[in-house]
Amino acid sequence: MADLKTRIAKRCAKEFKDGYVANLGIGLPTMVSSFLPEGVHITIQSENGFTGLEGSVERGDENVEIINAGGGYVKASPRVNYFDSATSFGIIRGGHVDATVLGAMQVDEQGNLANWIIPGKMYAGMGGAMDLVVGAKEVIITMLHQQFNKKTGVSKPKILKECNLPVTALGVVDLIITEMCVIKVTDEGLLLTELHHDFTVEDVVAATEAHLTVSPDLKPYDISE
Amino acid sequence: MANKIRTALEAIAGLQDGMTIMVAGFMGTGTPEILMDAIIEKGVKHLTVICNDGGLPRGWYSDYDTPRGTGKLLEAGVIDHIIASHVGLTPLVGQGIIDDTMECTLVPQGSLVEKIRANNFGLGGVLTPTGVGTIAAEGKMQIEIDGKMYLLEKPLRADYSLCRASVCDEFGNFLCNKTTKNFNYLMAGAADHNIIATERLVKAGELDPDTFQHSGVLVDMIVEGEKPWQI
Amino acid sequence: MTMKIRTAQEAIAGLKDGMTIMVAGFLGTGSPEILMDAILEKGVKHLTVIGNDGGLPRGWYNEYDTPRGIGKLLDAGAVDHIIASHVGVNPLIGKGIIAGTMECTLVPQGSLAEKIRADNFGLGGVLTPTGVGTLAAEGKMQIEIDGKMYLLEKPLHADYSFCRASICDDFGNFLCNKATKNYNYLMAGAADHNIVATERLVKAGELDPDTFQHSGVLVDMIVEGEKPWQI
Repeated sequence: MADLKTRIAKRCAKEFKDGYVANLGIGLPTMVSSFLPEGVHITIQSENGFTGLEGSVERGDENVEIINAGGGYVKASPRVNYFDSATSFGIIRGGHVDATVLGAMQVDEQGNLANWIIPGKMYAGMGGAMDLVVGAKEVIITMLHQQFNKKTGVSKPKILKECNLPVTALGVVDLIITEMCVIKVTDEGLLLTELHHDFTVEDVVAATEAHLTVSPDLKPYDISE
Repeated sequence: MANKIRTALEAIAGLQDGMTIMVAGFMGTGTPEILMDAIIEKGVKHLTVICNDGGLPRGWYSDYDTPRGTGKLLEAGVIDHIIASHVGLTPLVGQGIIDDTMECTLVPQGSLVEKIRANNFGLGGVLTPTGVGTIAAEGKMQIEIDGKMYLLEKPLRADYSLCRASVCDEFGNFLCNKTTKNFNYLMAGAADHNIIATERLVKAGELDPDTFQHSGVLVDMIVEGEKPWQI
Repeated sequence: MTMKIRTAQEAIAGLKDGMTIMVAGFLGTGSPEILMDAILEKGVKHLTVIGNDGGLPRGWYNEYDTPRGIGKLLDAGAVDHIIASHVGVNPLIGKGIIAGTMECTLVPQGSLAEKIRADNFGLGGVLTPTGVGTLAAEGKMQIEIDGKMYLLEKPLHADYSFCRASICDDFGNFLCNKATKNYNYLMAGAADHNIVATERLVKAGELDPDTFQHSGVLVDMIVEGEKPWQI
């Protein structure tokens, strides 16, 4: 599982261009910053109030006045700038964040995203997720292709014809990166653009409920340095 | 990391006739003078300018005094349309309206601020009680909320924003001393291309980062060489 | 000049059961702990609390750790209704909802910030694209502007706001270090009574005034004695 997540993070890192301002969700998305291609330097926005997050700190080196959006202590880059929450979300909603990377519970053919609530099960709140996906120029979803149920041992598709969980936003997803493949959300629906060599197109189709168009220019899933 | 430092003319290389620009400053204070000079040198015309006022006219402090801030653009005759809150100090605006060479849209100052911020921060508009029942309400949607009437003020966009920092780091984080802040923390980020002219340029990390009050992610280009204001 | 300095109990003397309060902070960081303690000591109940989240629950860092920020109010059962953006970190909220002892209103974080700012700054609301087509749109007016749909987010008002400063002068001008800013520069001024608890209190003029980032005219009372955060 850890290997699969690393694979996804490595592939996602290739989407970043030098100078990008990015907001990375907690968990897998945060790993992306460890795999940036050589010469690509990004500025990470932390929605609790700064630009210039540089990674986690060792125990004992914490500055208690520098937390990330998950409440963890982090390091700040020399070009850090701190601001209040209205400015932070102004930067997010105003289109000044080039890309946001988030996990998802469900994504559908229209690029609708559900990643904040499971009625009756999970009640955490949307936090900054709704603003991020509406405001960022590019919304990249990184996730395992299917939902694995530990109790039943059955995997269920997360890429659907239509989200059945309450959505986080409508039509916002640009790119989906899973351990199997890369899928682009286009006006004509979902386009399979890259395939990992462990899988066939049939494997991906079987693990996906949504209709997939296979790109005539289908490429191998590339995570080489 | 991409280098944001430019000369003034490099920074405005894409500025063309007929474009819309935002110019920070309050009667010239806090306005990037070297960017005003660069626009005149480049000879761009027919600009729409969003700013608090018309800057200062020629001869404000003495017979030999040049115009300041947007006053330079007015004197050079490069403005077709000014969107501002107060234009009484610069007779060239009034003259231009009478001569029909210039259009002027007046916006209450607080609404002007919110319209610029709304564009910078991705809002579709704000509801303000300011201007209800006045000429400022003309052509604007009015919305009643819980029994009180508000005007909907929509965002103002621009091709370029021209701001002035007292100190700026090479990433674009900046601060403005005292009353030079005014529109600088609002306009930087509100346009397609955002330029900061700074008095002092430092390396990232050279000063305590908490010194800076506006984020460099909102700044695209940095020009060095602003001079302190001379009376 | 009115003296604004108070003890914590003096500052909240007017706080009564059933009132609405704003509490700054992000998972406790930037929350005024001595004001939370004072509320518990006074024994006020049935509060409506506006805050980013539920603070930190008891035992976050180790088993002996007290709750932090709004977590203290939740732990004491003093909250009837919480208006926040994210409540997943503090399980007491989920439990309260299931038990029917607590109401929770979720607001997207950027909208929460704008609703508080709108109240502080006299706006009737803002139009945001965030939340269109989601549960967050329920009961809210939707307005189409130039072909794009927005939600109208109305102001959030409170009886008291509780903020935390790193340094505050005796007039109430204050600053918050690094990532402790969050809601402090928005909530101070947004309530009928605005209290700032500060780590360090200085005399007006003792520091360069440009150091401060929020105006003392938005602060009604100042309480000294905030301690640095302990892990």
